[in-house]
Amino acid sequence: MNAATEAAVAALIVLGALFVLLGAVGLARLPDFLTRLHGPTKATTLGVGALLLASAIFFSTGDATGLSLHELAVLFFLFVTAPVTAHLLAKAARHRQASARAKEPPTSTDDECPGGS
Amino acid sequence: MIRQTFPQPLLSLTIFLLWTVLTNAASPALLLLGASLAIAVPRLTRSFWPHPPRLAKPWRALRFLGVFAVDIVTANWRVARQVSGPLHRLSPALVDVPLDLREPFVATLLASVVSLTPGTMSIDVDRERWVLVIHALDAPDPQALVREIKQRYEMPLREMFGC
Amino acid sequence: MLTAAIEIGFVLIGVALALTLYRLLRGPDTTDRILALDTLGIDAIALLVLFGIHDASTAYFEVALLLALLGFVGTVALCKFLLRGDLIE
Repeated sequence: MNAATEAAVAALIVLGALFVLLGAVGLARLPDFLTRLHGPTKATTLGVGALLLASAIFFSTGDATGLSLHELAVLFFLFVTAPVTAHLLAKAARHRQASARAKEPPTSTDDECPGGS
Repeated sequence: MIRQTFPQPLLSLTIFLLWTVLTNAASPALLLLGASLAIAVPRLTRSFWPHPPRLAKPWRALRFLGVFAVDIVTANWRVARQVSGPLHRLSPALVDVPLDLREPFVATLLASVVSLTPGTMSIDVDRERWVLVIHALDAPDPQALVREIKQRYEMPLREMFGC
Repeated sequence: MLTAAIEIGFVLIGVALALTLYRLLRGPDTTDRILALDTLGIDAIALLVLFGIHDASTAYFEVALLLALLGFVGTVALCKFLLRGDLIE
């Protein structure tokens, strides 16, 4: 492995870890559930993506034989599943909000319902 | 002939590429096994796929993928700043995006794309009214956001699949 | 340079794990906890990949792949449970 690829791998590692951290910061800091959902689904996915890319470059240019591309399978899988997870969680959260509201006495009804706007 | 062997070329290609990447060794025997899987699996699962959507313009899809990749990275910087900056300046909002497309698969694709581009997250695809409900982290002007999503992502997707 | 980068990466991901754990314990709702659990799984994948580079060993890869698969299935199952109150219909 020459100096240039080593620098690229190092940069990707730091960048990826930084994005993983940012996702967690978003998860811990943001005020309500729907905004919290933004951090992990995107920043964390991108961060792990960068780390996996670093790993692919590292093992492809290492002493071992040939290309190492199986990291791309994990990358593909994460990028496909992240929106599905987020979608289901958002759906579950809205469902819980709606059922919690239904249990209360019907003073203020669905003024928050996003379908109405 | 080609249509019969590969009823769903996109699925076959995905299976073949995933197999090759996962085995992590490009010996002829493994490639052959991957190719036979790429032929067999779409045939065996044919009855589970409701309407195999056809990619009308593959080169358009490649360009879209490029735009999408660049968007993910650049827009992530914006969200990174928003998340680590002062939070009271954000104005989160639920926005309804009226859709022009009427194809369930493409609508799902659009919802996934919206979810992966930072700042917006699709929450629900209403297939009765054809409205995509999205949540935006910071949307002072919801109408501009609707226009941007329709123009940047929905238009190319509709062109690609010809619907 | 690579060793330093890997060490920085370990520290950053460690802090991320701590923050996610905070959200997992804090809640306040069940959906927050599921989200935190899912994120914990993805952070663990990041950590495993980093360990793989650190040890120059591909043995960690399969674990990362399995974690990605099982984490997704688990999250979906939990969400379905919240939505329906039942897993097997």
